[in-house]
Amino acid sequence: MVVGKSIKRIDAFDKVTGRTKYTDDLCDKSAYIAKVLHSTITHGKVLSIDVSEAEKIEGVIKIVTCFDVPKVYFPTAGHPWSTDESHQDVADRLLLTDVVRFYGDDIAAVVAENEVAAQQALRAIKVEYEEYPFVLDVEEAMSDSAPLIHKNYPNNILGHSSQSVGNYEEAIKEEGLIKFDNWYDTPTVQHCHIENHICYASMENGRLTVVTSTQIPHIVRRVVGQALSLDWGKIRVVKPYIGGGFGNKQDVLYEPLCAYLSTVVGGRLVKLDSSREETFVSQRVRHAIRSHIVTYTRPDGTFVARKLELFSNQGAYASHGHSIAAKGMGCFRQLYPCPNVEAECYTVFTNRPVAGAMRGYGIPQAMFAVESQIDDIAKGLNLSPLEIRKKNLMPVGYKDEFSKNVNYFDTFNQCIEKGKKYIDYDRKIEEYKNQSGNIRKGIGMAVFWYNTAVWPISLESSSSRMVLNQDGSISVQLGETEIGQGADTAFAQMAADAVGLTLDKVNVVSCQDTDVTPFGTGAYASRQTYVGGLTIKQTGEMLKMRILDYAGKLSGIDAAELDIVDNNIITVSDKKFVMDVAKLAITALYSMEDSRHITAESTYQIKSNAYSFGCCFADVEVDIRACKVKINDIINVHDCGTLINPALAEAQVHGGMSMGIGYALSEQEIFDSRTGRTLNNNLLDYKLSTFMDHPHLEAQFVENAEPTSAFGTKALGEPPACPVAPAIRNAVLNATGVAVNKIPMTPHVLFEEFSKSGLI
Amino acid sequence: MYDIKALYEASSIEDAIKLRLEYPEAQILAGGSDVLVQIREGKRAGKELISIYMIDEMRGVTLDDNGDIRIGSLTSFSHITKNEIVKKYINVLGEAVDMVGSPQIRNIGTIGGNTCNGVTSADSASTLFALDALVELTGSSGKRIIPISEFYIKAGTVDIKPDEIQTAIIIPKEKYTDYQGHYIKYAMRNALDITTTGCSVNVKLSEDKKVFEDVRIAYGVAGPIPMRAKTAEEFIKGKNVSEDTAKEFSLKVLSDINPRDSWRASKAFRQHLATELAYRALKECVKLSGGEM
Repeated sequence: MVVGKSIKRIDAFDKVTGRTKYTDDLCDKSAYIAKVLHSTITHGKVLSIDVSEAEKIEGVIKIVTCFDVPKVYFPTAGHPWSTDESHQDVADRLLLTDVVRFYGDDIAAVVAENEVAAQQALRAIKVEYEEYPFVLDVEEAMSDSAPLIHKNYPNNILGHSSQSVGNYEEAIKEEGLIKFDNWYDTPTVQHCHIENHICYASMENGRLTVVTSTQIPHIVRRVVGQALSLDWGKIRVVKPYIGGGFGNKQDVLYEPLCAYLSTVVGGRLVKLDSSREETFVSQRVRHAIRSHIVTYTRPDGTFVARKLELFSNQGAYASHGHSIAAKGMGCFRQLYPCPNVEAECYTVFTNRPVAGAMRGYGIPQAMFAVESQIDDIAKGLNLSPLEIRKKNLMPVGYKDEFSKNVNYFDTFNQCIEKGKKYIDYDRKIEEYKNQSGNIRKGIGMAVFWYNTAVWPISLESSSSRMVLNQDGSISVQLGETEIGQGADTAFAQMAADAVGLTLDKVNVVSCQDTDVTPFGTGAYASRQTYVGGLTIKQTGEMLKMRILDYAGKLSGIDAAELDIVDNNIITVSDKKFVMDVAKLAITALYSMEDSRHITAESTYQIKSNAYSFGCCFADVEVDIRACKVKINDIINVHDCGTLINPALAEAQVHGGMSMGIGYALSEQEIFDSRTGRTLNNNLLDYKLSTFMDHPHLEAQFVENAEPTSAFGTKALGEPPACPVAPAIRNAVLNATGVAVNKIPMTPHVLFEEFSKSGLI
Repeated sequence: MYDIKALYEASSIEDAIKLRLEYPEAQILAGGSDVLVQIREGKRAGKELISIYMIDEMRGVTLDDNGDIRIGSLTSFSHITKNEIVKKYINVLGEAVDMVGSPQIRNIGTIGGNTCNGVTSADSASTLFALDALVELTGSSGKRIIPISEFYIKAGTVDIKPDEIQTAIIIPKEKYTDYQGHYIKYAMRNALDITTTGCSVNVKLSEDKKVFEDVRIAYGVAGPIPMRAKTAEEFIKGKNVSEDTAKEFSLKVLSDINPRDSWRASKAFRQHLATELAYRALKECVKLSGGEM
């Protein structure tokens, strides 16, 4: 058995030594280079584009403008398609647009023999615009006087939904209640995956091949088909190794445009490699969300009635749209179940860069608001932040009627205990009381809510194929994708156990090719191991049955009496060796009497989901006059069920914590209020935290095997990023007494907050 | 792929001067950590370049006979930091340039490039201002040596004549002897960052360590070019070493500096930082000098 073992990533050595081939490594050097011309206004109309000078530049092959492309609108969200029209994603993108909706919108494209010619051409294109007023802020965008960004969306509202439990208005009439009424703000941030989005496309025999750095190859195939009005079967999408995605690549980005550009140059190979600047501005960002929470509690900290209003900044196009805000709203009534809840959320178009999926999908934003307020309430009532959580958190046995998720275990308390112990909570809480002076220490924590996969909102299915090779090894293919998280290694471990092989006998085909890979919707929603495990188990058992069936024939023993353990076929009853799988495999393939190519393939449709909870504790030191927060120690504790590979799980948590630290303290896109332009579209001015900004990141686990899961596992991809920012924020509150209600808590913000509160 | 019209490789200082006269439009290229970035951004795309990077005679740190320290303009940041002369006499400069960017940038980036860029945020510049450094320029008619404060003209512009290249930075002996220096780079993160405000202080205490005999304080990003806070310097000369003196000194800098509001930081925050950094750097210098506050 290899599940549960910290085996080395199967791709580790190639990745570390630079041997792994990514999209750019695979692209033939003869490729034409495509570059996109981005708008230099924020809202308006392209009146004309003069390409005459640009076309004269040596090496320029073709220039396509927004006036040349088909007027076919397509959606880009990496959601499974819905056959129900009312549930389909909003189709609001064109390959190139003549209506500019954000600074950096795509208005023309150049195809050239090389990058320099392409860049020179971009600089030589002259564009004439008609400018409209623009709006960057959600509240302004919702006002009646705001410019309308899309037709058919009055007040720029893309989505609005609400939930109600009990009777809020009646409940707040109870005498003696204490009211907490707070607003919390989270910023627009970007994924900052190390490999910028890149794709290349070419045509052969009337079919299009697109090789792309994506999380969702099968969805890319569908969207390219929709955008180019091509039969989906005429499109082949290949996904090699990718350098991270974090949700940005759970959207269809430049694949349709690149494919289209190939079609206008006779099917020649065209490569479109995005720059970091384009990644920040013209792809996807995390929704900035403003939350308003009102909580009525009794003096003992019992929540009586709660209200949430959530405003999500969509940016210029729908992308994943309202799903993010809706997910954030959904967790509000579940995490701290309260008899009277009213919640509503709005997703609103603005002229900012487009918001899409990003690790946590609305939950990091929701957790910042929810978990910050819990500490604000605790402070107001003079209760311990742990006590008030324990009093109100989702109890064991809680069942959500919509998702049917059940809180089977005492996860929250178990995680909190581990975190407390590691960080030495009780001692430090005492030690950090009554501090004065410039340097003050603080301890804070936050819990988080998450779930696994997308059922019952969308389709949840996973397919796999296993092929027995001549040497008794198997090749395994899944529609689920390795995006740097280590999925291939987890798949290999699960497949080995499902069939009865040792790990070295399992070859995971990492690359997805929609021509040959079983259908799957890709990497998102922290679902790869959960959904992949179910199909791996099912297909593995099918393959095993076929192997044993053949073994039965060869050995004369009833197949039901046989099993495979460590590459050997043995008898179930007395564990006697019958033959090894390698011998069987070569016999099966080359037998002159009964030759069989033993394979198995199946689809598992998942109709369940699983809660995945945990917490973060942070111990910080605030240099008040320097307006800086230093994290001295930090721990995340997760219950993601059974760990398939503890070392990989730990690495996953480290990455998420790093993202959470940046979210808490330094990362944000800054927009020029006069022009709408993103001012910090690069890794110098966008303050992604570095190695030097991190303390040791501690990751610990509670392993309650998930009953709905094939291998007891559940979500861990996104959860680590969810509780970190509020934990740090609450630690700053503990240290200084200052409740900072917006992130990132940059020195600029802290300077204002500390000045306001008289600390400076 | 970089959009470069032509690259001329200079083999000596003389050769570089000749190329300067021959190709007046060409941009000088040293380590390239700024120039190549600007070419990529399109700002200097399509330009001719004169590379001086192979001129080894412009590398290294030496002690002149008169005790002045001479740093060849092509000396990389990491070489300055690790240099024994620097460590012994002007460690503050080694520490300051060790805060530039990342290890890779510090290996390729040069002190000449850092100063010739003319930007206020250059990590070497405020310390060179605080050390009263001299800049050596070599042209067709020979050498010219000017104070660094005159070398900087305005943001992005320095005093290099069309036939010149910067060949060395000189720290005069009397400017470092008996001084202790400290530089604080205030930035938004601990690596790979541009300075929000930089403050470099040099302190000379009286023999009994009780009196500030001389203090020089310089800032980066407190104005369009690096600058000294002369009012504060005048104020502190002859004052007793004490908390109160340090506090008062730190407030005095506000009459000298001129930071602006930008999206990178507000004026109010930069002013707050300037005083706080002055206080902290001064305190550290006193500590390094063996004094007490």
